Amino acid sequence: MSVTTHPSHGLGALKTSPTEDLNTAKIAMRGLDFFYGDNRALKGIALDFPNRQVTGLIGPSGCGKSTLLRVLNRMYDLYPGQRATGEAMMDGINLIGDDVDVNALRARVGMVFQKPTPFPMTIYDNIAFGVKLHEKLSKAAMDERVEWCLTRSALWGEAKDRLHTSAMGLSGGQQQRLCIARTIAVRPEVILLDEPTSALDPISTLKIEELIDELKSDFTIAIVTHNMQQAARCADQVAFFYLGEMVECAPAAQLFTAPREKRTQEYVTGRFG
Amino acid sequence: MSATTLSAAGAIPGPAKDLRVSEALGRSRHRRNMIVKALCFAATAIGLLFLASILATLVWRGMAGLSLTVFTTSTLPPGSNGGLLNAIVGSLIQTLIGAAIGTPIGLMVGTYLAEYARDSALGNSVRFVSDVLLSAPSILIGLFVYQLVVNPFNGFSAIAGCLALAVIVIPIVVRTTEDMLRLIPATLREAVIGLGAPKWKMITLVCYRAAREGIMTGVLLAIARVAGETAPLLFTSLGNLNWSTDLTKPMASLPVTIYQYAGSAFQDWIDLAWAGALLITLGVLAINIIARLVLRRGV
Amino acid sequence: MQQATVLSGKRNANWGDRIFAGLATTSGVFVLVLLGAIIIGLAVGGAPAFRAFGAFFLVDAEWDPVQELFGALVPVYGTIVTSILALVIAVPLAFGIAFYLTELAPGWLRRPVGTAVELLAAVPSIIYGMWGFFVIVPIMAKVVQPWAIDTLGEVPLIGFLFAGPPFGTGILTAALILAVMIIPFIAATMRDVFETVPPVYKESAYGLGCTTWEVMRSIVIPYTRASVVGGIMLGLGRALGETMAVTFVIGNTNRISTSLFGPGNTIASIVALEFPESEADSLKMSSLLALGFILFVISFIVLAISRMLLRPRTKA
Repeated sequence: MSVTTHPSHGLGALKTSPTEDLNTAKIAMRGLDFFYGDNRALKGIALDFPNRQVTGLIGPSGCGKSTLLRVLNRMYDLYPGQRATGEAMMDGINLIGDDVDVNALRARVGMVFQKPTPFPMTIYDNIAFGVKLHEKLSKAAMDERVEWCLTRSALWGEAKDRLHTSAMGLSGGQQQRLCIARTIAVRPEVILLDEPTSALDPISTLKIEELIDELKSDFTIAIVTHNMQQAARCADQVAFFYLGEMVECAPAAQLFTAPREKRTQEYVTGRFG
Repeated sequence: MSATTLSAAGAIPGPAKDLRVSEALGRSRHRRNMIVKALCFAATAIGLLFLASILATLVWRGMAGLSLTVFTTSTLPPGSNGGLLNAIVGSLIQTLIGAAIGTPIGLMVGTYLAEYARDSALGNSVRFVSDVLLSAPSILIGLFVYQLVVNPFNGFSAIAGCLALAVIVIPIVVRTTEDMLRLIPATLREAVIGLGAPKWKMITLVCYRAAREGIMTGVLLAIARVAGETAPLLFTSLGNLNWSTDLTKPMASLPVTIYQYAGSAFQDWIDLAWAGALLITLGVLAINIIARLVLRRGV
Repeated sequence: MQQATVLSGKRNANWGDRIFAGLATTSGVFVLVLLGAIIIGLAVGGAPAFRAFGAFFLVDAEWDPVQELFGALVPVYGTIVTSILALVIAVPLAFGIAFYLTELAPGWLRRPVGTAVELLAAVPSIIYGMWGFFVIVPIMAKVVQPWAIDTLGEVPLIGFLFAGPPFGTGILTAALILAVMIIPFIAATMRDVFETVPPVYKESAYGLGCTTWEVMRSIVIPYTRASVVGGIMLGLGRALGETMAVTFVIGNTNRISTSLFGPGNTIASIVALEFPESEADSLKMSSLLALGFILFVISFIVLAISRMLLRPRTKA
C-alpha cells in the first residue's frame, strides 16, 4: 500500500543534537500541495515548525489544518486517491518523497488524534506496544520507559496502581493523556496534535495544555485547534489557514493582537468561522 | 503533576535510541508484513480459483449434456434420450409455492421484530430462534416435515416439499425485513403518525414501501437459497421419474434428480446431472445478482 | 354528532391496529412454536431408538440393519472430525481473504472480489458435492494421497494418519469440500466485522509506525475478536449439518478410521443415504430421527454461541 524502500535509505540517517538552535526549522514546508482526488485541499503551503516550539494551526472547518498534519506523518498513504506534492523537509529529507520509509517516519513524527484511541489492551501494553515496534528493551528498561512517559504525560499518579488493567477503563481525559504518553514513548522528534482536547471536559483540557507546555522542552509540537484561546495559551507561533491556504504565520501574541492580513483579523475577532 | 516530578523525569531514561537496532527491527517487521500480505493474496487467489474451477467444470461438463431435449422431455430410463422437464417444472412449482407460503409469515415476523418488539423479551427470543433457524441444517427441516406431514398422512407429496422449503424461507425473510425496516429513519415514522395515521397504516403504506427494495432482495435471496436445496426434499417430495404436477403426489425437482443421476452408473444420466447442475447454478447466481442490483438501485 | 364520528373513526383505527399487531405477534410466536415443534418432532421420532438402546446409543459404533443394532458413535465422530478439519483448513484462508478485502486490495478490486466470494456462498451444496466427486476426488486419488502415503505415511507417530489405499474419497476429502463451502461464509462475516473498526483506531496505530499486519494483529483482531469467533462458529454450524457435499465424497462407511484417507460417514450423510431404505416407524427410521435430534442439539449449541458473539446487543 505504501511506497517503502529499504529502511536504511529512509529517515534515521540523521539525528537531532541537543545543541540545535531553537530557531532552526525542524520541519520546513515549501510549495506543499495536497489532493483528495482532483480536489486541491492544500495550496502551496510554505511554513516552518521551529525546533522545540509549539506551532498552533487555526482556521475554520475544512481549511486544511488537519490535512496538513495528516500529510506530515503520511496518514494519507492509507487512502487511495490522496497525494501530496512539494516539499516538507525534516533534517534534509523530504517527508513526502516516494523513497521515505513511512513506518520509520511515523516513529519520528508522532500523532495524537481528536478522540482518544486507547488500544484494546492494558495501560502498560498500550505504551509498550509502540516501543516494541522500534526498539528492543529489557523488561526493566521497558518498565522505566512506561513510568517515564506516563509521568511526562501527567498520568503516572492515576495509573501506576492499575498499569495492568484495560486502558478502556480510563476516563476520556486520562485516555487522551495515555495516547500522548504512547506517542512520546516512541521518542519522536515531532508531535502532531489534531484537536486533542475537543472531546474533553475543561479540567482535562487544562491538564493537556499544561502537558503541551512541559513537552516542548523535548519535542517539536504542532497543534490544530478550533479554540483560539487555546492557541494563544499553548503556541509560540500561530498559523492561520483559510480555504487550503496558509494566510499568515506569526508569533502568537502578534497574530492575535496585530494581524497583518484582513482575513486573519476577521477570523480572530470572530467575524466568520 | 507538580513541576518537580516532571523535571525529575525530564530526561529520557535508558540508552540512546540505537538506530541500528531500530532499522534491523524495521527490516524484519517489513519482511513479516510482506510475507503476510503475500499469504493473504494467495488465500484470495485460492478462493477465486475454487469459484473458477466450479464454474468451469459446470460449464464444460454441463454444456456437453445440454440440448433441447433437456427442456422438452421428462426423465426417462437410461439410454432413452430423456430430459429434465419434469424436474425443472417441479423445482419451479415447489420453490415458488414454498416462497409464497414462507414470505408472508417471514414478513410479519420481521415486522413484529422491527415495529412491535424491538427490545422486549419475547421479541429477543423470537429474533434469537429465527437466527438459529437461519443456519439450522436443512436436512433436519426435511426430517421434521417428514415427521409432521409425510408420516402421519402416509405419503410423500409435493406439498410436503413446499412446506419444508417454506420453513427455510421464513428466517431469511425475517432477517432482511427486520434489518430493512430498522433502517427507516424515525423522522419518517413520526411524520406519518403526525398526520394521524394509525400504526398499521404507517407500516403497510409507508414503511413497507420505503423498505421495498430491501425486502424484495431478501425474498429473492430466499428463493435462490431454496431453489438449490436437496436434502429437505429427499424426505418430503421424494422425487418422481414421471411427469406430475399433482401437489399431493411425489414430485421431481432438479436438485434431487441431480443427486440421483450423478451417483448413477449411466453416462447419459451423469451428463444430464451436469446439465441440471449448470442450469440450477446459473439460475441461483442470476437471482443473486438480480437481488444485488435491486438493492443497489434502492439505496 | 361530530364528536361521535371522530370517536368511531378512532375506534376503527384501533381495530386495525389491534388486528395487525395481533397478526404480527402471532407470527413471532409461530417461529418459537416452529423451533419447539422441530425439537419435539425429532425427539418423539427418535424416542423408540433412545428407549431401545438408552445412553448406549451414543457410544455404540454398530450400525447393523440385519440385527437391528444401531449406534450413533461413528456418524457423530465423523460429523465432528470433518467439521473441525474443515475449520482448520477454512479459517486461515477465510482470514486471508477478509484481510485482503479490507486492507490490501486496491479499491477497484474490492467490490468484484467481494461479490465473487459472496457468489461462492450462494452455489448450492449439491454442486459442491458433484464438483468434489468429479474434480477433487480424482486429484486426491491420483496425486495428493499417493504422494502423502509415500512420504508422510512413513513418518513415525503421524504416519497412521496417512495410511490406507488412495481411494480419493474419505474424511480429508469431505473436510476439504466442506472447507471450500464455508470459506465464503466465514470470510464475508470477518470482512464485515473488520470494517466496523473505527478508522481512527487504525490510524493511531499506523501513526506509531505499525505495518498493515501489525495493525491487523494488534488492533483490528482484538477489537473484533468476539465477532470473528462468532463468524467461525457460524461456519462450523454450516459444516456440521451439511449433507450433499459430504455424501458424495466421504466414502459412506460406518467405521471409525484413524487415517485421514479412510472412509467414514456423518450424521447428515447417513440419514440421507439410509432414509430411502428405512420402513416408516421402524427402529432404523427411529434411529435416523434420533441421529437428527443429536445433530440438532449440536448445531443449536454452536449456532447459539455464534449468534451471541455476533449480535451481543440487539439495540436499534
